[in-house]
Amino acid sequence: MAAVQETIDAVAALEKYEHGFTSDIEQEFAPKGLNADIVRFISEKKCEPEWMLEWRLAAFERWQAMEEPTWASVKYEPIDYQDLYYYAAPKEKDGPKSLDEVDPELLAVYAKLGIPLKEQEVLAGVQGAPRVAVDAVFDSVSVVTTFKAELAKVGVIFMPISEALREHPELVRQYLGSVVPVSDNYFSALNSAVFSDGSFVYIPPGVRCPMELSTYFRINASQTGQFERTLIIADKGSYVSYLEGCTAPMRDENQLHAAVVEIIALDDAEVKYSTVQNWYPGDAEGKGGIYNFVTKRADCRGDRSKVSWTQVETGSAITWKYPSCLLKGEESSGEFYSIAITNGRQQADTGTKMVHLGKNSRSRIIAKAVSAGRSDSTYRGLVSVHPKATGVRNFTQCDSLLIGKECGSHTVPYIEARNGSAQLEHEATTTRLSEDQLFYAQQRGLSEEEAVALLVNGFVRDVLQELPMEFAVEAQKLVAISLEGSVG
Amino acid sequence: MLKINNLRVSVGDKPILKGLTLDVPAGEVHAVMGPNGAGKSTLGYALSGRPGYEASEGSVSWNGDDLLALDPAERAAKGVFLSFQYPLEIPGVPAMTFIRTALNAQKRARGEDEVSAPAFLKLVKAASQSLKMDFDMLKRPLNVGFSGGEKKRMEILQMALLEPSLLILDETDSGLDIDALRIVADGVNAMRSPERSMLVITHYQRLLDYIKPDRVHVLVGGRIVASGGPELAHQLEAEGYDQFLPEAA
Repeated sequence: MAAVQETIDAVAALEKYEHGFTSDIEQEFAPKGLNADIVRFISEKKCEPEWMLEWRLAAFERWQAMEEPTWASVKYEPIDYQDLYYYAAPKEKDGPKSLDEVDPELLAVYAKLGIPLKEQEVLAGVQGAPRVAVDAVFDSVSVVTTFKAELAKVGVIFMPISEALREHPELVRQYLGSVVPVSDNYFSALNSAVFSDGSFVYIPPGVRCPMELSTYFRINASQTGQFERTLIIADKGSYVSYLEGCTAPMRDENQLHAAVVEIIALDDAEVKYSTVQNWYPGDAEGKGGIYNFVTKRADCRGDRSKVSWTQVETGSAITWKYPSCLLKGEESSGEFYSIAITNGRQQADTGTKMVHLGKNSRSRIIAKAVSAGRSDSTYRGLVSVHPKATGVRNFTQCDSLLIGKECGSHTVPYIEARNGSAQLEHEATTTRLSEDQLFYAQQRGLSEEEAVALLVNGFVRDVLQELPMEFAVEAQKLVAISLEGSVG
Repeated sequence: MLKINNLRVSVGDKPILKGLTLDVPAGEVHAVMGPNGAGKSTLGYALSGRPGYEASEGSVSWNGDDLLALDPAERAAKGVFLSFQYPLEIPGVPAMTFIRTALNAQKRARGEDEVSAPAFLKLVKAASQSLKMDFDMLKRPLNVGFSGGEKKRMEILQMALLEPSLLILDETDSGLDIDALRIVADGVNAMRSPERSMLVITHYQRLLDYIKPDRVHVLVGGRIVASGGPELAHQLEAEGYDQFLPEAA
């Protein structure tokens, strides 16, 4: 979430509440590198039950036997997994000492988003800045208490997953890894072994969650860092809308991020998951940017269940991400709405998988890619129809917009239809930002950058409309900021 | 006052305007008539700053400002408005959003206060009524799926809301039936004022029955070859451009 006016006060208040708030975020860290002992250390630190430790160790074993995937259309230097911290890295000694040492481009973006100085320090990871997550920075104690009470009234559980492991072990045990198996892929195995924290959400049967759940409001959400784990369970007939992310570009000393998100939707349940991802993309040459290798999957195991993924991806140096739906329930439905904007040296390989297993299941994919600068963007999508799944329908639309002459955009749709009754539609377009349109807008008084922002926002409008209102407004601004300097 | 002096513009390698000189005093409406390929549209683009239509020679001043030194948006903020012969479609951007964004961009550039959404809504409602446009059209993406006539009306609506001081109409009558032509012309005439200058670029005299010019200029081969009163338009309609073509000279 972008800045709010009260943030300076909020930060000041947090600093005052040092004992109440930040003291339990004392630094305790494991050395660099990954081995079974590190996994044990993490589990012990979190006071996890024995089965959880076994689960992590099994994941670690699997991970060791796996190879890093190379099929995505992204290029990066090999990652030395033994050179990373897996639990609470020590205070960054080489972090910038003040905002003066921070990439001026990044500061310019903060200024445009209207982020107060104190908060900029947190975002940019300046030494000595409060060690609290941005989420908490925005919080005020009263807000947290109020919404917790309101959620408790209807029986919604929304807490850090580490807490859920202690308070609701049976739920976590039943569902964790049931959508994204430990061995699903290299990064999910890694995440399963070493995940630090994340969100846990449970919506009881028939409950319509009274508010949008946002990582924004998650208390003490720091240290969820690089290996975030999210588990959302929507019981029969329930509904929840979940928001993840932040429009402010956040710098992080951890270059590798490998989150796992699992969603389970039972009969007649509906989950709407919205993401705005704007991790630091690196400097003009792409140095220092985040690698975002995420596994997100929803299991629509209930009849008539529905999961909708909406994502606005503007950040990170490299994005590798395919929010997917397993449509097991009859008449279940999956949606994927995506905006991927790349500029500078960014690379994104993103898309979705819609796996139709249930009869009359439906899916809808709208993917919009905007590439500028020397960036490269790939849409990679799979629509698969099981032999027994009759009456399946899918509609896929992939539109790419190119700005400038040095960027790339690719669409890689895979379709596997093993049932003749399936109706699958695929539309794809690639266009270059039209100079005629640009001139037309400029003639009416828009600067070149304003004109690009307006045209691009028009291009992605179908997807923006799927976002919750406040997110949509911020995302619109973000689109403009992400593309600054992309023409001329 | 608009002063164009010895304007030379090439498109690609091809010289189109070859030393065009023309003055339009404040408050006057001047028509520029000419055969196809004479450089009429090029004149509109050069005045509004379209990339690829830069002047290689000559000068253009508008109320004392050197227009050629400004980018298209800066020219717009100075009051330059080009009504396009073929208005562009802008997918995903509602007409109202487009116009308000443009208006506020111009106002910012001039150091004026921006127009609030409710105030703008009132302005749009009034303007669309006087142009007999369905208000719902303004909620649709600008010009997408509009008929030729609707697009032209939308140009005039934008003009009415942006309140430019130098109006350049490029073949505004093309694609209009007689009723639409009358509505559009009424819209243009409503904007006539002592501070505004208008340049009406047209192939046919028809439009000039509705938008009465103070002066008529004949553009042939990239130059103004004749100027006169409104009667010159009628003469052209009767006799054609042949007398002005190089072969006839």
